[in-house]
Amino acid sequence: MSAAHATGDAPATTVQAPPGGTAPPKVAGEEPGGTGRLKARKIGWGHTMRRDWVLYAMALVPVLFLLLFRYVPMFGNIIAFRRFRPGGSIIGDEWVGMRYVELFLNDPNFWNVFTNTVILGGLTLLFCFPLPIVLALLLNEVRKTTFKRVIQSISYLPHFLSVVIVVGMVMQLLSLQGTVNQLIEATGGEAIPFLQRAEWFRTVYVGSEIWQTVGWGTILYLAALTTVDASLYEAARIDGAGRLRQTWHVTLPGIRPTMITLLILNIGLFLNVGFEKVLLLYNPLTYATGDVVSTYLYRVGLVSNNFSYATAIGLFQAIIGLVMILSANFLSRRVVGASLW
Amino acid sequence: MTQSALTATPEVGAGKSVGPRDSRGYKAFTWFNGTFLVLLSGLMLYPFVTVLAQSFSSAGAVKAGMVNVVPIGFNIDTYKVVIANDLFWSSYRNTIVYTLVGTTIAMVLTTLLAYVLARRHLRGRNVLIGIAVFTMFFNGGLIPNYVLIQTLGLKNTMWAVVLPGAISVFNLLVMKSFFENMPMELEEAAQIDGLGWWGIFRRIVLPLSKAVLATMILFYAVAIWNDWFAAFLYLDKQELFPVTLYLRNMIAGASSTASQGAAAAGSTKEAISANIQAVTMILTIIPILCIYPFVQRYFVSGIMLGSVKG
Repeated sequence: MSAAHATGDAPATTVQAPPGGTAPPKVAGEEPGGTGRLKARKIGWGHTMRRDWVLYAMALVPVLFLLLFRYVPMFGNIIAFRRFRPGGSIIGDEWVGMRYVELFLNDPNFWNVFTNTVILGGLTLLFCFPLPIVLALLLNEVRKTTFKRVIQSISYLPHFLSVVIVVGMVMQLLSLQGTVNQLIEATGGEAIPFLQRAEWFRTVYVGSEIWQTVGWGTILYLAALTTVDASLYEAARIDGAGRLRQTWHVTLPGIRPTMITLLILNIGLFLNVGFEKVLLLYNPLTYATGDVVSTYLYRVGLVSNNFSYATAIGLFQAIIGLVMILSANFLSRRVVGASLW
Repeated sequence: MTQSALTATPEVGAGKSVGPRDSRGYKAFTWFNGTFLVLLSGLMLYPFVTVLAQSFSSAGAVKAGMVNVVPIGFNIDTYKVVIANDLFWSSYRNTIVYTLVGTTIAMVLTTLLAYVLARRHLRGRNVLIGIAVFTMFFNGGLIPNYVLIQTLGLKNTMWAVVLPGAISVFNLLVMKSFFENMPMELEEAAQIDGLGWWGIFRRIVLPLSKAVLATMILFYAVAIWNDWFAAFLYLDKQELFPVTLYLRNMIAGASSTASQGAAAAGSTKEAISANIQAVTMILTIIPILCIYPFVQRYFVSGIMLGSVKG
């Protein structure tokens, strides 16, 4: 698979380069060049429509769906620059320019939650990105098939739970009578109300995130590990490399494309740190560290009915996310030659 | 597809016949590694086990924090209480209905679009792909989505829960790459035999795609089954709630009464609610746990399909 990543890059980009301009292969093959293509397009559309109208018809409903449920809200972001009154027009009532943007840029609460988001996102990235790699490497050293399969099955399991269930479990484990506090008391410590203490929020959040995602995260790495060329290990051994050196010089470079791809994706989601989970997990006592941009905008927007203001915050967040994923992708293509598209 | 290949690698790659230099240290490592992984899976499983144990324990034992791995004061009374609760049942039924309807809609839309996008010759294909992929990186955001659902009049209907998530672009790309990898010759043969695009789709492509269709059904079904947020945003009527939202309200309610220090009757009520929470959680997880062992490998191959370039 990693081979597919490496070699698949070039054709993928060339295919995507001329959007919509790809002529039917037969015609393009006969007449390459600018005028040929123009001509092909003129003839092509009538021909394509006659031949492929069924395909276009099949795509019609799904595409309309995407336009309605994905693109209309994108344009709905316009209410960040207009005053929106509940019950009024869907795109707001009058232009107010950058008023709402200025409002949140000068809002100390906003910068507070922004910092929280960056820290929480950073911690999540720091732990939830490398740990699956470590686990995959450890699993890869297991020889007994059944044992390995059982461990894998168990480690994937939490991925299939609803956030609600995960948070429910977290709350039970961390309650004053919960297992964790029992352990603390058994070792002579004093019970800690984890969920009521702001200083514990990040630990609780990241810890539960690791629990839920680490196993699932190994899947792609384990797949990538199977594609590492066995002769490379052979060669490394002949050169006198021990197991650790083999891992460092053969295994890790072998799964690098996968690592990069997942890193880019993770970076793109950086600011979207588990909105739903934070919403379920935090409470006014832990706002100081737990409140993130998305929960703040949820409260501003839907609880206090300040739609335009919340939209401005959301738009800001989405744009940062977009910029981050684009630049991560650009950088990795430049530096290591692996990219998402 | 890869399970066997996956496990074969260590033998080939890491080699059983390593030099004598490797053996002792490596043996120690293997032992350590095995122990570590066993402990780790114990840690992974612990929350499940303890919730299960609580669900079968007496209220008093749960409240005192005595229940860890083994039920204390074994009884199934709490199950009876929960199952006798009308609101629980209506929520559970809702979840089943939402999952069935939502998965059906999602599968129809996703499969159709994936099939069309997999036709390499299609004019405008890259534009369509671009339209879909862009939504992975940029989205409308909470408020505009909310306003849209409200404007469409979907609030307080099941459609608010079932419709907006109907096309997951990730799933779409997985299916598309699966369809693309089908042998072209089959299609060409079908075309020569006079089948149109629709006929090829129905008579050739669908029957050959059972594995990916099963994977996608499961991806969607699990996602809808587990979802609570759409319901939380768009539904106000209790009788429409899915079970996850029911559970969320129960947990939120319990923690708020606990923090308010609840009144005299509250203390027993709270203990019961810890029990009831455990039972509700177990009942919500059970369908997933039941299908999980059978479908796990499909999930695995599904996500790997997805990793092959979209």
